[in-house]
Amino acid sequence: MCDTCGCNLTPGNKHLAFKPVAQGTTAVSVLKGLLQKNDDQAAHNREHFDKRGILAINLMSSPGSGKTALLEATLTALKGEFTCAVIEGDLETENDAERIRAIGVTAHQIVTGTACHLDAHLVHDALHQMSLDGVDILFIENVGNLVCPASFDLGQHLNVTLLSVTEGDDKPAKYPVMFRAADAMLLTKTDLLAVLDDFDPDKAEAHLRNLANPAPVMRLSARKDLGMDVWLTWLREQLGAQRARVAIGQSRRPAIQSDGMKYHSVTA
Amino acid sequence: MHELAVAQALVEQVDAVIDQHQASSATSIRVRIGPLAGVVPELLATAFPLAAAGSRMERAQLEFARAPIRVRCQTCGEETEAAMNRLICGACGDWHTQIVSGDELLLESVELETSPALAPNS
Repeated sequence: MCDTCGCNLTPGNKHLAFKPVAQGTTAVSVLKGLLQKNDDQAAHNREHFDKRGILAINLMSSPGSGKTALLEATLTALKGEFTCAVIEGDLETENDAERIRAIGVTAHQIVTGTACHLDAHLVHDALHQMSLDGVDILFIENVGNLVCPASFDLGQHLNVTLLSVTEGDDKPAKYPVMFRAADAMLLTKTDLLAVLDDFDPDKAEAHLRNLANPAPVMRLSARKDLGMDVWLTWLREQLGAQRARVAIGQSRRPAIQSDGMKYHSVTA
Repeated sequence: MHELAVAQALVEQVDAVIDQHQASSATSIRVRIGPLAGVVPELLATAFPLAAAGSRMERAQLEFARAPIRVRCQTCGEETEAAMNRLICGACGDWHTQIVSGDELLLESVELETSPALAPNS
């Protein structure tokens, strides 16, 4: 967004652009995204990825819904086909990165300390500490949290949100900001459905549609190797789409686009 | 939890506005937050004084403009109000809708003290 041409004015906010001036003070209308600095950094990260033809995927979910297990199974399955790399985000420990390295895949651990989410600056610093040469897909495993990570663009092309069947099927209704941002929703640990009588995958999907989100819903179990084919096929398609975009100098932002960005991409 | 990070980003932006207009301080800051932005105004209001301590907006009043959630239906074209976890069309019930407002996280305006700052004691 810019301050000069007025493209940050949208139908939703243009009536706010002018404000009566109080005595002794000047009212300045700004109309800038509060997280503009993060978004600028994210755009820079995305340029890094696009320049190298990398597809960047942000994995989000609550803690314990199987992000790392999904990565282990995915990286093993794609070995020999693509070169992958992983950025892990956790409050503490190097455990997840070690699990990824054990499969022979480059992994960088971001230890956030107390921060409940990754932001574009943390990811940028991580990118400078890893070699991205020859990488096809970069997975960013966000901090396990269904709230904060949804508000911070990292520069990824796609958001993948996991919902394990040991959680409630109404999670999309309870955490709309997160699930609205999903480009794909994965229902994980489906092998446990047989012993759980209170999770209805159709209901979970219906809650997602109530958020006006058309994202594909994939049901799988990484541990029992169920439904992984659909997910891997989707990944291959997305990498193909990313390469096609890069070839014509285009990029892609995750599902959620703020008002202003939408107008910007029309004129860009 | 992440409202402190948002408050810090807000302080940085207002600081830039103060510089840009060569003002001495900000007296009022107006922020527009939609429910779908994932930021709670009350928590941001609590975090703001921590982030603004010692800055040129330390005494500024933080005001919130709340943005209602409105969606436009891609099927019937109606624009209706919606609930946070039910973004379907209020007229025909279809879920193929687009958010018109409700996901904003905007620094809307700032009121600046433009009188020259007192010279520091020498």
